[in-house]
This record gives sequence, structure tokens and C-alpha cells, in this order.
Amino acid sequence: MARIFCYIVHKAGVPDDSAFELAAAARKIDPATAPTAILTGSGADLDAACKAVSASYTEIWKIANEALSYPNAELVRKALLKVLPSGSVVLVAHQHFGIDLAPGLSIKTNSAFVSDVLDIAGAEGATLKVVRQEFGGQVSAHVGCDISSGAVVTIRPGAFKPLEGAPISGGVVDKSSEIGTLAAGRRYLETVVAEAGDVDITKYNVLVSIGRGIMEKDNVTIAQELADALGAAVSCSRPVVDAKWMEKSRQVGSSGKTVKPKVYLACGISGAFQHLAGIKGSPFLIAINKNPKAPIFQVADVGIVDDILEFLPELTNKVLELRSVAAK
Amino acid sequence: MVGIESASQVTSWLVTGRILFLMIHVLGIMCFAYIVARRMVPLLRAERDFRFDHPWLRSGRVLKFWLGQWKQPRYKLAGTLHISIFAGFIVLAVRAFSVLIVGVSENFVMPGLAGRAGPVYDIITDYAATIVLLCMVIAVIRRLVFRPARYAVPARYGKAHTADAIFLLSLIAILMVADSLFAAARAAAPSQPGQSIETLAAFSLPWILQKALVSTSLSLSLPTLGRLYFGAYLVHELTFYFLLCYRPFGIQFHVETSLFNIYFAKLDREILKPVRWGVADEHLDQVKSFGVKTFEDFTWKHMLDFYSCADCGRCSDNCPANAVGRPLSPRFIGIKARDYAFQHYPVIGRAQNGAALVGGKDSGGIYSEDEIWSCTTCGACEAECPLLVEYIDKIVDLRRGMVDDGNVPQSLQKPLKALESRGNPYGKMEKKKADWTNAKDFQQVCPVKTLNDHNGADTLYFVDSITSYDDRMQSIGRATAKILSHVGENFGILGAAEKDSGHEVRRFGEETLFMALRDHNVDAIKASGVRRIVTADPHAYNALKHDYKDVPPVEHISQVIASELKAGKIKFNPLDDKNNVYTYHDPCYLGRHNQVYDDPRDVLDAIPGLKRVEMTRCRDRSFCCGGGGLMLFYEPKEDQRMGVKRVQMAAEAGANVIVTACPFCMVNIEDAIKVAGLEGKMTAIDLAELVDQQIARESQKVA
Amino acid sequence: MEILVCARRVPDTSENEIQLNSGGNDIERDELVYSINEADNYAVEEALQIVARVGGTVTVATVGGEDDEEILRREMAMGANHGVLITDEAFSGSDGKGIATILKAFVQKGHYDLILTGVQAEDSAAQVGGMLAALLDYPFASLVNSIEVLDSKKLKVSREIEGGNKEMNEIDLPCVLSIQTGINEPRYVGIRGIRQVASVPIPTFGASELGVDPGAVGGAGAKVKRVDYFVPALGKGAEILRGSREENVDKVLELVAAKGGFK
Repeated sequence: MARIFCYIVHKAGVPDDSAFELAAAARKIDPATAPTAILTGSGADLDAACKAVSASYTEIWKIANEALSYPNAELVRKALLKVLPSGSVVLVAHQHFGIDLAPGLSIKTNSAFVSDVLDIAGAEGATLKVVRQEFGGQVSAHVGCDISSGAVVTIRPGAFKPLEGAPISGGVVDKSSEIGTLAAGRRYLETVVAEAGDVDITKYNVLVSIGRGIMEKDNVTIAQELADALGAAVSCSRPVVDAKWMEKSRQVGSSGKTVKPKVYLACGISGAFQHLAGIKGSPFLIAINKNPKAPIFQVADVGIVDDILEFLPELTNKVLELRSVAAK
Repeated sequence: MVGIESASQVTSWLVTGRILFLMIHVLGIMCFAYIVARRMVPLLRAERDFRFDHPWLRSGRVLKFWLGQWKQPRYKLAGTLHISIFAGFIVLAVRAFSVLIVGVSENFVMPGLAGRAGPVYDIITDYAATIVLLCMVIAVIRRLVFRPARYAVPARYGKAHTADAIFLLSLIAILMVADSLFAAARAAAPSQPGQSIETLAAFSLPWILQKALVSTSLSLSLPTLGRLYFGAYLVHELTFYFLLCYRPFGIQFHVETSLFNIYFAKLDREILKPVRWGVADEHLDQVKSFGVKTFEDFTWKHMLDFYSCADCGRCSDNCPANAVGRPLSPRFIGIKARDYAFQHYPVIGRAQNGAALVGGKDSGGIYSEDEIWSCTTCGACEAECPLLVEYIDKIVDLRRGMVDDGNVPQSLQKPLKALESRGNPYGKMEKKKADWTNAKDFQQVCPVKTLNDHNGADTLYFVDSITSYDDRMQSIGRATAKILSHVGENFGILGAAEKDSGHEVRRFGEETLFMALRDHNVDAIKASGVRRIVTADPHAYNALKHDYKDVPPVEHISQVIASELKAGKIKFNPLDDKNNVYTYHDPCYLGRHNQVYDDPRDVLDAIPGLKRVEMTRCRDRSFCCGGGGLMLFYEPKEDQRMGVKRVQMAAEAGANVIVTACPFCMVNIEDAIKVAGLEGKMTAIDLAELVDQQIARESQKVA
Repeated sequence: MEILVCARRVPDTSENEIQLNSGGNDIERDELVYSINEADNYAVEEALQIVARVGGTVTVATVGGEDDEEILRREMAMGANHGVLITDEAFSGSDGKGIATILKAFVQKGHYDLILTGVQAEDSAAQVGGMLAALLDYPFASLVNSIEVLDSKKLKVSREIEGGNKEMNEIDLPCVLSIQTGINEPRYVGIRGIRQVASVPIPTFGASELGVDPGAVGGAGAKVKRVDYFVPALGKGAEILRGSREENVDKVLELVAAKGGFK
């Protein structure tokens, strides 16, 4: 089996949650061999991130270079090409950086590419069998991937549970000297931070989160009334923002906010992984959806097949009833 | 000198009155003719419009709506004022004409008024002038003191029109006073032997003025009276021509255009204007541009509408979109276009083509996109307009232009695409179209057959998309089927072969898609071999009746129930709960657009124990629930929902059950009941559902 | 600016439940309708808006079969100047790299300053754009949600990253960008628009015209192959409450309270 590398995304010295999920995925591909982490960056942040992942990886390759201070996929790719042995299997998290890096990397390493992998179904000889989703998560597929000349695989964030076990103490190998100078046709300028919005959904214990099932803008009040009664906030999925029914600052997901509530009421949300990627900290997930086949029911703790436009008002009434009883 | 000189004989500044007045006449008339000719320029560049048929029918409508002022009394005070002024003007028109000629030829007498008729006519005109003046005074007071809300101009539509209105009212008042003073001065002059004594109508304005002039306190000399007489005449002349030439610059132009506007008004209101007059459907592909994009894309009649609008504000006063704060006011659809015409086709200077009409002010447009999409085509504006101005065709034509340019809100693109690929706005599979008939309890009592290839059914139940696919509305479908089955109708549905009627597709400006849907349905209907069509959806009803051709006659279920009731085939059980108060909400496309007002009411009144009240806004003044079809997908900018206003109207009328006869009304009203916080206090039910619930069936009798 | 948009025709599955065919090797396609991949449509609109600002032409190309011509017509009706159908028996069964290889050959036949793709298609792979860029050695940016033309040599683009934030980049032309949905408001195209371009010829290119080695693409050259489709077990995690609505309301409240969300 080829050597497995996990490219770790980190920010301000803290590795992304996916760092530990990639380690788990690598073990599932090849239970016999420990994967190698690769981190790029510069300065103290990089060192801190390397240290943080050393609890899960036996070997960490560090590539320090001023040009890599901000993760520019083209520069990272050029750096990786300098150090990766041929035939490597490289795992990257399937988020905005991975989407930028991975396809091009597979071309340059002349290896197979398979993206957004949810599970590893097994490896036989040179064929790696993985599980993917298509058609917005309505159908899953087994995909066979010839890894005889290596592979680049992007792993869906949250799909693999980090391995449990005693922390190890991996060693850091500094590969910086092999890189040389780096230049790219794309230059990072700045990050424009999204407007904060009126409500900070990351601060609430309970979120009433709405999706396409809310049907129209005026119905947002139905969710708001429930949230008010519960002392919760209303968050939403991407389609609601695209339709301009709610502010972008309320969006949960890979292109929105990451939230860690205790209870998450997914109302009329189908459960696309981009949305689920924004829900962290394993909240108690209650899904209400008209469609019994909605993928959200696969990840929810409790599911109710009902129309949210009718269910939520009743829930609100019940809360208010309890509140008024309690007040007496 | 005998008495006072006639105006034509007065000589001042070496010019005799005769010459002076002749000059004023010639100048005034030339000026007016020139201005009107310039105003006609855009009409000549406009699109075609076929309005030259049925001269007798059209003349009859002129008698009814123009001379008879048919729609004016819908607003009591304003209507009375207008009828008075209009009548006064008609009476005074003859006098004005003869007075003008008197300036040139002092002995002129209008033919027909030489004998006894003359004095009688004079008395009538004295009063007419008085009444018109009084109306002017009242109108000014209304404008300045009472300020009816419908005259207000919201900031986004520009400055208030009050000053202009007062100016015009004042001019008319001056005309009346000058006219009366002229008569009074002549009558005040000491009468001479051989001259007939002028008698003025008692207590009329000329009479009062005459009394004032001859009163001893004034002790006017004869030359002074002469100067007064001449002065009044001159003021009258100048005011008359000023007004004549000023009118084509504003709302008073309707004095000239209204007669033509009513003569050429659309006869078949319920039929939407074709994309292009004189171009058959099959040749439409060769038409380069659809709809109205620039001003010249309007038809000449629509431009005449713009000139004819009297700014009375009744359209917007009744417009539900305007009432809930949507950015649409039909009044300003016309006013803005008229101002555009005045600006781009000036009386002096070159005519210039302008930018596209729809688009922000930055791009030179006069309408916003939201303004044009906000209309539900309910027709309340057209029902109200005293001058029969057409709005729906213009809105639809503007939408056709936007659709042609790809300028369609994202919220509408998805349903339109689904209609194209699936034949329904929800994107549901065709094979599921008849699923509503499969409900267990229903299937046992009322199996519904799907018609294909002449399998013997007489009647087609055309269900349409919402009733087929919407869980709630399927109940209306089942109720309709059960009623048809109860009266022994041999009926069926088209099932998967039925596509959306396309009613709103057409009204949202997507003519080509509409034609595709229509052609498909017409083929399917013909293939089924039915002899009549029944539907419970007024939008489908309107489409099948007016937008489709060569299909069997179509009836709305309320008409079927009403006639079966008369035939004795339907009998009702008394209502269980007699405490409820019912009110009937007229769906726009059943009521206003098709005049089915009484059948649903007759049906309701036939249910024993049913107590029914009318909302203030009912029948042809019914208030739209929010719009059907694609309007359910459109996200309007509004302060409030139309449906909420409607359920509040029902509550004000003392009703707690709203009966309607349209699935879209049901969606909007049930939604509105929730939004208005009236859940538990107000319910909505479809007429078919109520009938199905109350029908006395044989089996029950046995039981 | 000469812009190429690589588009793809996909089944429209949003409103309907997808079912597997009896063999389990594909979804049931009989009742499906097809349309252009949503993100690709945004890419075409963006190309048209760029051309409206700075001039140039828009070409839309798709790798597929005859049926795929309909999306080219639709995009031409939107305003694209050219539609190109890249089709060959040898192309069927291509994986992402295969498609990118075919597109690379096509790109090299012409001269394009900017190549756009949708960020992802129905398979959610998000791969062709990045691969094409690497094959051409062009710079690449994914998840692009705004484009500003700085001059004839570079663009300023923003990428959609976490937290709703935007990563601003300067990128040299020629380049490849994958376009995120929501970047613009695509214009409407109806039957009429499509009919108006019905007679415009759509050139086709095959493996020989493009000089593509048939062995390197299609099923023969694919390293990644779908083995089968399956529907994951429903409700694997969720305990579905099957009580009456009232019971469900009570149960939900109880759970919310128990999990510390409601006191």
C-alpha cells in the first residue's frame, strides 16, 4: 500500500477539526500504516499547528515558507510536488481550500482523484473503494479508484470520527529546505469579513434552523416566534439566504457560520452536507421535514415527518402555554 | 348709441372688436389644432390596434359611459360633481360657440334657438354656469380642505397635483364668471324700444351679477357697463382659448379625448391583447421583439388612454396592490407614461425616442421591475375607471417585454422552467397528477376515470396544477368530483395528459410558453371527445373560456351547482352549526372577469340555516386575495398581505367563515387567517367543499 | 475578452425523489427532465455580464451526446455567441480527468482569456475546473462569487470561504475559475429564445479533430469508476416520532428541555 499523507489546514496555530478526521480516514484505507501529516505555512503559527497535530500523527512534515503564510492552493501544490514521493495517496478535507488544491494536485502527480468521500468501503490491491453521494445526497454511490500511481482524495468534513486512543507524540520533519522559491498566477489580497448581522447565531444554546421548507419570506416569522418563545435564535440553510429571506449572517454551513448549540431544530432542511458541516459539537439534532426521505433524518437524533408550517406554530403555542403556567 | 355696443363693434387701439376677436379665434384655433396635431405624433408611431369594428355597439357605449357618465356614481360626491360639471359643459358648449361667433357677427343666433327655444335655453345656461361655478368652488374646497386620500401623490411618484388641479378649476370658474358677467352687463344696460328684454334666470349667477350691476349703490354709467361688457367678453374669449390650448398639457385633455377613448375602448375585456395585432400565433416567431419595451411599443389606443386619464385616482383607490403598499399604483402607470409622452414628444421641438420604460431611474426608465410584477391582474382598476382605461393589457405587455429580455425575477424562473419541462409550476412528475384521486376513502365512493381517446365521458373535469398537486387543494378536487358524480355526470379527468392551463403564464408575459401549454391541452381535450368542460379553478375557467379556442364550452363548478339546484338534482341538509356567519369572497377571475356573481350566492342561500353577510367590497369591487398561479411564487415588496386585509374585511362584515370558489383564494386566505392571528376565529372553505359537505344524499335519507 | 464556459446537462432532481433502477447501476432516468447544471448557468450569465462590460465573446462547450445540444441552445438564447458540442464514442465513461483532458484539447484549438465552469455538478465532485487549469498550467480559483476585470491581464476575484467571508485574490489571465451559485441573477430564457437560435449551427468536435488519444479518455482511460448506486438506509440515526402532532410537540419540548435548551 502506498504511503498516505494528510494535508492539514490550520489557522492561527490551530489545526482544523478535519486534521483528526483525515487521520481516521487514512487508517480506514490502510489500518496497518500510520499516515503522515503535511502542514505548510510560516512562523510560530505553523509550529503551533504542527505541535497540535503531533498527538494524532506519528510523523509530521513541516514546510515553512514566507510565501505560504496564507494558504494559496497553487503555491501549496508546487511545494507539495517538491516533497511528495511518487505514488502517494494524499488526503485533503473537502472544503474551500481542498476544492482549490486537490484536483490540480492529482493532475500534477498523475494520480487518481476522488472527491468528497464519506466513507471507505475497502481497498483491494490497487483499487480503493469509497462511498460518495450524488444528486444532493439523495443517492449514494460506491466508487472504485485505481490508486496504482497514487491518489488525491478529498474527505467530507465530519464524515469520519476522529480516532480515540492515547495521544502519541509524533516527530516533526522539516521539509522547508526542499521547496525553493515559489510563485503563482494567483495572489491573495485580503479577506473581507462578512457583516456581523443583528444576531450572533454562534452564541445560542438552541437554534431553530430553517431551510427551503419555510416556503416563503413571510413564513420566517413562524420560526422567529418559536425561537422567541424558546429564547433561541433563528438560523438557516443556504437556500434561505440565496432567496434573500434571511441575512447571510444567519446561515449555518460550510459557506456560512459554524455553530455549536446544545439543541438544533432543523426545520424543513433537507440536510445537505454543506449545511451539516456548519454544525459542530454534536448538538441534539431534531429534524422536522415533510419528506420522509430527506437526508437530514440520517443524521438527526429525532425526526418528525410533518409540515413545519403547521408543526412549528403548535410547538410555539405549547411553549407559551408552559411559560404562562410556569409564570403562575 | 343704443344700449351698449356689441363686443364686435367696440373699437379700441384702432382695431374693431370684430377684427380683434376674429384674430383671437384664428390664433386660438390654430394653436389648438397645432398642439393636438403634435399630440397625435406618438400615436402615429405606435403599434397597431384594431378598434374600428362594431361602430353601433361602440356608439352605444359612448352614450352609456360618456354621455350617460355610467361609472361616475360609483363615487357619490365626486361622481355627482362630475356629472354636474359634465352636464353644464354640454349645455354651455352651444352657448360658448354662439358667444364666440357673436364677437365677430353681433346678430348671430344659433340655429334652432331663434324662436321660443332661445329664452328657455338661455335660462338653462344661466343655471348651468351657476352650477358649474358652484361645483368648482366645492371641488377647490375638497382639494384644499378635505383632501381625499386618493388624490395624494406618494413621494416616489413626484410632486402633488393639487396646484395644477386648482389652476384648472380656477380657469373654469373664471370662464363661468366671465360668461355670466358678460350676460349680466348686457342685461343691465337700459333696454331700448324694439329690443327684446333679456330675462335672466332667477337666482342664477348672471341674475345675481345683473342685480349687483343695476343696484343704485354702484350707479354704473352706460359706458362703464359697456366696458364691463366688453371686458367680460374679452376675458371669456381669452380664457376659453387659453383653456383650450392648455388642456392638452394635462389631465384636462380628457375633455377632448374621453369621447374617443370610450368609443375605441376594448369591447372584450376578458380577452387578453394579442402579442401583436394582426399577427397570427403561428407567425409570432418572426416577430423580433415581444411586448412593450419602449414607449412606441404601446398601441395607439393605449397612448390615448394615457392622454385620457383624468387623474381621478379611482383605479389606485381600488387597487389591492396599492392598498398593501406594493410599489404599484395603476394611476401612475398612466400618469408616468403621459408625462413621458409629453417630454419625448414636446409640442415645440423634436420628438425623441427614449430609453427602455422598465428599469431604474438611472437607466431612464419610468417603471420599476417590481412595479410591473406587483399586479395580480385582478381588474379592480378597470372595473372602476369612468373612462374605460385599460391597465391589464399594458401590464401584461410590459411583462412580455421583460420576459423577452430575460428580465424575470429569480423567484419566477424556477416555476416557469418547471412549467416548460413538466407542465406544472412545482416541477412534480406528470404521472403523479392524478394521485389526488387515489385517496382511499375517496376512491371507494367516487372513482374518477382518466380519459383517453374517446372513452365515452361527456364532461371533462379540468383540475389544473394546484388542485392536482397541493395537499390542501386536493380536497377541493375531490369535493368537485363528488358533486359531479352526485348529479350523475359522466365525467373524467385528463390525468398526466393535463398540463397547467397557463393562465398566469400568459398574464406574466410568457406568451410562447403559454401557447405551448394551451396547444398541448387543446389536443388532449379534443382527443378526449368530451362535450363540455367543468373546472373548480376560476383561473383555469378563464383560460379555457377566453384564452383557448376550439374547446367545448366550459363551466365553473358554481354554475353547475346552481343549475343542478334549480333542476332539483341537488338538495341540501341544513347546517349543523347555525351560529356561523358566512361571507362570500368573489374570486377575481370568476366575478370581475366573468361576471359570475349570483350563482355562488344562490347556492349558499339555498343551504338551510346558512346566514350570509356581504363584505363592503364585494362583487365587482371584490378585493383580490393576493393573486393566483405564478403570483404565489413571486415575492412582492409589500407592507401587508392582501389576504390579511381581506380577512379583516370579512371580520368587519361580521363573518367568521369565508367561502370562496378558487383554490388560490383558499391558499391566500387560509394563510392570511394565520398571519392575521384569527386562527380559531375565522375559517375558510371552498364552495365545492361546503356543497359536498351539505349535499343531501340518498343513502343518508335511508339512514 | 474571449470566454469559454464549460457546461453540463444534468437531470433536474430538486423536486422529485430519485430512485434507483432495478440493476442498481444507475438512477431511474425515464421520468426525469434534464437541464443545464445550475452552477454552469450562473457561469454563463457571469461570462455574458463580463462581455457586456469589457467586450468579447462567450463560447459554451459541453462534452456529451446529441441530447446535450439543448443546453447549448438555451445558453445561446441567453446570449452566448457560440455553442460547441464535443462528442465522440470514445469519450463516454470518462472520469473527471478524462473530461478535463478533452476540454484541454479543445481549449488549445482556440484562444480563450478566461475559462469558467460551475463549481460542481450533480455528482458534487467539483473537479473539472481545477484539473483543466492544471493541465493547461493556468491559474485557478474555485468557489468564485465575484469577478472584476482589472485590465487585460488580470482579474480580481473573490472566493466564498467559511463564515460567509470572502477571500479576495488577484489572478492572471488566462485562468480557469469555478463559479459558485448566487454570483449573479441569471436571465430568463424561454421556449421563444431557444427557437430563435434553433437554426444556428452548432459545430461538433470529436477525438480526431481535437487530437485526443481515445485510450487516454473515456472508460479506457478512467482511473475512477462508479461501481454502483445505493440508497443509504433511511433514518439510520433518527428515531422517527410517529405519534400524533400533539404528542410529537410534547415529545420535542420534553427533549429540548432535557438537553438543556429550555428551562
